Amino acid sequence: MAPRAAARLETLGFKDVFHYKGGKLDWMASGQLTEGENSKRPRAADVARNDVATCRLDDRLGDVRERAHATGLDAAVVVDAQRVVLGLLRGAELAKDPDLTIDRAMRPGPSTFRPYVPIKEMADYMDKHNLESSPITTSDGKLVGLLLHSDARQQAEGCPDCARPMIQTVL
Amino acid sequence: MATAIDRDRVQQLVDKGAQLVEVLPAKEYEEDHLPGARSVPLRQINQEGAATLDRSRPLIVYCWDMA
Repeated sequence: MAPRAAARLETLGFKDVFHYKGGKLDWMASGQLTEGENSKRPRAADVARNDVATCRLDDRLGDVRERAHATGLDAAVVVDAQRVVLGLLRGAELAKDPDLTIDRAMRPGPSTFRPYVPIKEMADYMDKHNLESSPITTSDGKLVGLLLHSDARQQAEGCPDCARPMIQTVL
Repeated sequence: MATAIDRDRVQQLVDKGAQLVEVLPAKEYEEDHLPGARSVPLRQINQEGAATLDRSRPLIVYCWDMA
């Protein structure tokens, strides 16, 4: 759309015309601020728990379970040295044999969501797909926090639907 | 033909006074737009729409992504 708009503007006599090839999606994915109605409402990153326990692939499950429960959550996120998300441990995984390594116990490759997704859309998506929690990551896969379904639903109260769904473009 | 630019170049040009124009439908602009951007939806880019823009300044248009 932007190249066509730029071409049309040139036919109308504009000389210095550029088109931002990444567009609004690229802008928001990089963490830049926006203006507009959505900027006044909570987004996924605002509600996600950034104190969620994290662990590595070679950690022992029993140790991770203790750390997770110390945060008050029945979940932990598996990350690498750069905090890139590798897996997720929800209640079912944390309840497995405590002597397992995380590599053997985790749910690998969980769906992740971007920080800018409006909380109403996140809550509706988590309802529909029966997700009790979901990692929120930057566009390069690094953990921002863990969004709980209960938190998302509570914060979404009163928020309207958005004109453009944002989740389908980032999975 | 208009030049395709990346985010860093957008910021450089805006710092030098370029205009930002979102060409998505107005409802999408109202929800989220780049700071300082104007809304001129694609179908309103005509003589009247052009008259609302400053011809003396560089102009950067954008939509949702690369499409």
